[in-house]
Amino acid sequence: MTITTSSEANGNVSAATARAAAAAAAVAEARKPQSVTMAKALNTAMADAMRDDSSVLVFGEDVGRLGGVFRITDGLMAEFGEERCFDTPLAESGIVGMAIGMAMNGMRPVIEMQFDAFAYPAFEQILSHVAKMHNRTRGALTLPMVIRVPYAGGIGGVEHHCDSSEAYYAHTAGLKVFTPATVADAYRMLREAIDSDDPVIFMEPKKLYWSKDQVDLEALAAEHAANRTAGTSSEGRAAVARSGTDATLIAYGPSVPTALAAAAVAAEEGRSLEVIDVRTIVPFDDETVTASVRKTGRAVVIAEAHGFASVASEIVARVQERCFHHLAAPIRRVTGFDVPYPAPKLEHYYLPSVDRILDAVDDLQWEN
Amino acid sequence: MTISASQEPNTGQPPATDQEPGPASEQASEVQRKFGISVEDYMLPARRQIQMVAPDGTLKPESEQGTEPGHEYPIPGDAELVAAYERLVVGRRVNDQNSALVRQGRMAVYPSSHGQEACQVAAAMCLSDGDWLFPTYRDAVAVMAKGVDPVQAMTIFRGDWHGGYDPHEHKVGIQCTPLTTQLLHAVGVAHAAKLRGEDTVVLAMCGDGATSEGDFHEALNFAAVFHLPVIFFVQNNKYAISVPLSHQSVAPSLAHKAVGYGMAGERVDGNDLVALLAVLDRAVKLAREGSGPLLVEAHTYRMQAHTNADDDTRYRDNAEVSEWKAKDPLSRMDVYLRSRGLLDDDGAARIAERAEAVATQLREGLGEDVPVEPQNLFKYVFSTPTPQLREQSALLADELAREAGAK
Repeated sequence: MTITTSSEANGNVSAATARAAAAAAAVAEARKPQSVTMAKALNTAMADAMRDDSSVLVFGEDVGRLGGVFRITDGLMAEFGEERCFDTPLAESGIVGMAIGMAMNGMRPVIEMQFDAFAYPAFEQILSHVAKMHNRTRGALTLPMVIRVPYAGGIGGVEHHCDSSEAYYAHTAGLKVFTPATVADAYRMLREAIDSDDPVIFMEPKKLYWSKDQVDLEALAAEHAANRTAGTSSEGRAAVARSGTDATLIAYGPSVPTALAAAAVAAEEGRSLEVIDVRTIVPFDDETVTASVRKTGRAVVIAEAHGFASVASEIVARVQERCFHHLAAPIRRVTGFDVPYPAPKLEHYYLPSVDRILDAVDDLQWEN
Repeated sequence: MTISASQEPNTGQPPATDQEPGPASEQASEVQRKFGISVEDYMLPARRQIQMVAPDGTLKPESEQGTEPGHEYPIPGDAELVAAYERLVVGRRVNDQNSALVRQGRMAVYPSSHGQEACQVAAAMCLSDGDWLFPTYRDAVAVMAKGVDPVQAMTIFRGDWHGGYDPHEHKVGIQCTPLTTQLLHAVGVAHAAKLRGEDTVVLAMCGDGATSEGDFHEALNFAAVFHLPVIFFVQNNKYAISVPLSHQSVAPSLAHKAVGYGMAGERVDGNDLVALLAVLDRAVKLAREGSGPLLVEAHTYRMQAHTNADDDTRYRDNAEVSEWKAKDPLSRMDVYLRSRGLLDDDGAARIAERAEAVATQLREGLGEDVPVEPQNLFKYVFSTPTPQLREQSALLADELAREAGAK
């Protein structure tokens, strides 16, 4: 039923035209970049993927009616029904193991581990089956599944809620490991993770969930559709988050904004720092990272996780192997200390900070 | 007490606490309608294990088969029994041939199901072509009985690759060495099929020791909560390598675990192929009709050591092994089928010939050295190799080229 005003009924064309123009303006306004949170971008990515492909399912603990403890799955059960977005019993190994069987049988499950450290009960399924099924079956099976892991700290969380667990997954052959640092990448990378025929551990920096950016989600959806048609993707490509000439800061996920803040302070002090956002830890973009370090000759790798035997250590080793003769100083790491993730009142001592990054930059033998 | 409770009309009746309307009560009335027993009696296993043919091969009187109201099992048809017997004989031959191939150094290891062949055969035969089977490392005979090529089924133990077959071809999961992890994959396959409205049934196998694993619990609970057509088939062969069942569980039986998840459990003589087929055929039928998951525990015995690397004299007596030898599934079935007139010497000879043909296939297939392709190391890690894997692949290619050049 259409409700018409009396003026329209009387043929008041100008009023109708004015309303149409206002509506068009409102649509145009809506299509312009809006202030969007990373949470909204992730939520929209899942909803768009579910709309595009009925085999995409979302399940985990509290992801249904509640919409997830971080509300990342908000509204998915209402829109897609309880068969496609549902709560499971509280059993992480069960969630991952069942997702494996579903992925074996034609589905594309996107599952949520409620918190980083709560994923550990699922380790056997992830390491022994998710990572290896394609290999064990000599390529006969693929497991198109995404394991979403809210990770890292900086939110004053209680223990077992703030681990940076990316190294465990990155160390396991057969897993892709993505971690977005921007709102647009959150959308872009989650769509690509869901498209991937290989399993992806999707590490979401929980302290960035409510970070905002001016983003046009519809444009990102169109970009994704075009890339998909063209068979291209941003997987395996690091981003130059800020250009610079004097030294390179290499960071990922929650550490990217910290690195950018450090670069802004350094710029005021007359030092031009380039910031690389790794984006996908596996596959790793050696090309972009080494090109930057060859250009600047100096590098600091920044990550929240403990430094010992870490992704940061791997990056240092890779860069050193490839850029040794271009380096003016040893590569420094600014990481979490090798201690269990601290209690809320102590976490700021633990987390890489702007000052700690700048101290490391100062140590890069500028006298040479 | 809450405010809302006080506002409810006072009926003078005690609050209903046990049977609230919902899926559980629907299940109860469905069970009542279908089997004429309470849901608890349906879920709890019958008081005794189901056994139809005694170890000496004689058919037991119906009153002594362990059946009860709601736990009734008709004897399978003649054609099914004869076909099953053939697979049983082939299975025994496969086990013994494979063990011999290990002794000859043709295979690295073989966990034999010698003595458990009736379970192996029944697990595969109760399923239709479109149904899935999820086996463990000891279930090669079941894998073959479901249609997988015998040589491909043994690839995992030959050592040229981890898995030798495409799971989709015969709907058989890859033989699983981490305990009970495959039960959850079975649950997922069944769940996906259910969402698409397919009537697929999935049978997942594990042993008695494996029931202690966390994934056993998670799989049974998920299957029950999502009401999925999965048969959990536990071969209770009394030992987890060396540890006896008494160290794994003090439950009245493993089948009793079912009721805790809200599913039906049953126990059956795992060396009586007739009873196994009867129980599993019914389980599959019920699962396909929408009864949800079921747990079947089969009492059997691992007649040989865990593998060739194990020494079973360190943890069990010969007397115990001899006792189980008298309960052998083959001789029992042989005597029974002959007594029924379903098997004679000619038939037995034909079956023995077929078993020998499979043994020959194994000897020939596993006897030849299959050249391994080093570049396959990198081929099946991801659908598309990462730049890092391409680099490593080039490194190995270069190494091999230099080795070849040096020769």
